[in-house]
Amino acid sequence: MNKPTAPPVCVDLQHVSLRYVSSGREVHALEDVSLSIGQGEFVAVAGPSGCGKTTILKLVAGLLPPTQGRVLIDGHPVSGPQKNVGMAFQNPILLPWRTALQNVLLPLEVVQPHRGQFRSQRRAYEERAHSLLHTVGLDGFADKPPYELSGGMQQRVSLCRALIHEPEILLLDEPFAALDAFTREELWSVLQALWTERRCTVILVTHDLREAVFLATRVHIMSKRPGRLIHETLIDLPRPRALEDTFKPEFVDYVHSIYGRIGQVRA
Amino acid sequence: MNDALSKRFRTLLPPLITIVLFLLIWEVGCLVLGIDEFVLPRPTATLAAYQKWQSAIWPNAWQTLFTTLVGFGLAILLGVGLGMLIGYSALLYSALYPLLIGFNSVPKAALVPVFVIWFGIGTMPAILIAFLIAFFPIAVNVATGVATVEPEMRDVLRSLGASGFDLFRKVGFPRAMPYFFASLKVAITLSFVGSVIAELGASNRGIGNMMVIASSRFEVPLVFAGLMVVAVMGIVLYAIFALLERRMVAWAYRGGT
Ligand SMILES: Nc1ncnc2c1ncn2[C@@H]1O[C@H](COP(=O)(O)OP(=O)(O)OP(=O)(O)O)[C@@H](O)[C@H]1O
Ligand SMILES: [Mg+2]
Repeated sequence: MNKPTAPPVCVDLQHVSLRYVSSGREVHALEDVSLSIGQGEFVAVAGPSGCGKTTILKLVAGLLPPTQGRVLIDGHPVSGPQKNVGMAFQNPILLPWRTALQNVLLPLEVVQPHRGQFRSQRRAYEERAHSLLHTVGLDGFADKPPYELSGGMQQRVSLCRALIHEPEILLLDEPFAALDAFTREELWSVLQALWTERRCTVILVTHDLREAVFLATRVHIMSKRPGRLIHETLIDLPRPRALEDTFKPEFVDYVHSIYGRIGQVRA
Repeated sequence: MNDALSKRFRTLLPPLITIVLFLLIWEVGCLVLGIDEFVLPRPTATLAAYQKWQSAIWPNAWQTLFTTLVGFGLAILLGVGLGMLIGYSALLYSALYPLLIGFNSVPKAALVPVFVIWFGIGTMPAILIAFLIAFFPIAVNVATGVATVEPEMRDVLRSLGASGFDLFRKVGFPRAMPYFFASLKVAITLSFVGSVIAELGASNRGIGNMMVIASSRFEVPLVFAGLMVVAVMGIVLYAIFALLERRMVAWAYRGGT
């Protein structure tokens, strides 16, 4: 077996520490976090509440500067908001006065170079949005306002919005945490399909270890605050992964061993 | 068609019944207790006075409506402008809010004599009071709508390189619309009250002025006819703006139903 050459590094956190200062009080959120993610990798991060998972995503998106250390994307230090990043959160935060399609198009109205050509290219962009909505199984819902969509459908729209400008990096902050188990697992498959198709680099924050093992190439466990990356597991399972696979012993073993690590964090 | 009509009728029925009952109790109560017309005229007496004085009432009512709408229009212009500014900038908010609260805490009726000194008796004090009274709720509501953009939405757009103005245009402003229209229907009735209050002491026209003259002549039924006209116009104005609200920001209502 010849080992495939490692992909170029996309996201690179080097000895990053972060302290929040708010109203005079200092919160030490991250301590010496080093994490390097290759292009097209899918990294899941789990850890206790308040350990700084969301903070890591904000650092990568360039919404926060690190207190110490460096954040690099494609070898360039991050010095401000990163346009080639797409984000989705636990709450889909769709704009209620826009239809699903218009919500998906929102990033293109804001980000350059699409912004400048939004009017002239509108047709093409709508085509693109329609095909994304098709991929996530929302055919025929493009013109519905968010309040006529279920929670799962709204989250699908939110994923489309995160991907419409074809970002290189996708940052997901507990995107499925508010959904019921069935919808959640359905969306795992949707996300896997999107990732397989686009091969963007994904960082997924989650509390669900099955979700992490199902989707990720690599799972990181964080310590309590101040957050550090304390354990890393490579998930060597064949793809595409099917929901039935989650009952196979290899899969369950991964979940168990990671679960054991979390137990150590809590202790 | 017919269904929609009967539905509208059914929603209108309860308030109509309440109003009719209210008038009935008033009428019968006055009769049974033998209350004098100089103290509290019965609804029928009020109606009679209305019919008798119609030609005097309506020009005054239009005058009041005019001052109300001019003051209200000014309040919308400046209220929306200022609301956007303080909703958009946290600095402006903290700088201006205390002063705004201060202005709003001054009883508007107490300003009438001041305006009379500045502008004399006439239309101006009524317009200004109508403006001042409506300005604050509009500004505060618009500011709230603009300022309460979800932090996640802010992050999504900021990471895409959106400026503060982009955020305002794409999210803050449309978000503020339901707040704005909700404030309008409250503010229009406040404006109307403001106009009438100003006319009581500082005008030679308008329904407020008419009531002062009527009461000085002990034409108590006419005073009440004036009050009734004010009340009816208030309801109509409120209804117009409530309807407008439903039309303009339907999305804000569908969510809950
Ligand atoms: N803007 C801020 N100002 C001050 N402190 C903050 C700020 N944002 C986050 N923190 C603090 O930093 C720590 C890490 O926050 P973060 O949101 O990254 O946690 P998290 O791991 O995402 O938690 P959860 O799993 O609950 O979402 C927390 O203790 C939080 O209170
Ligand atoms: Mg978080």
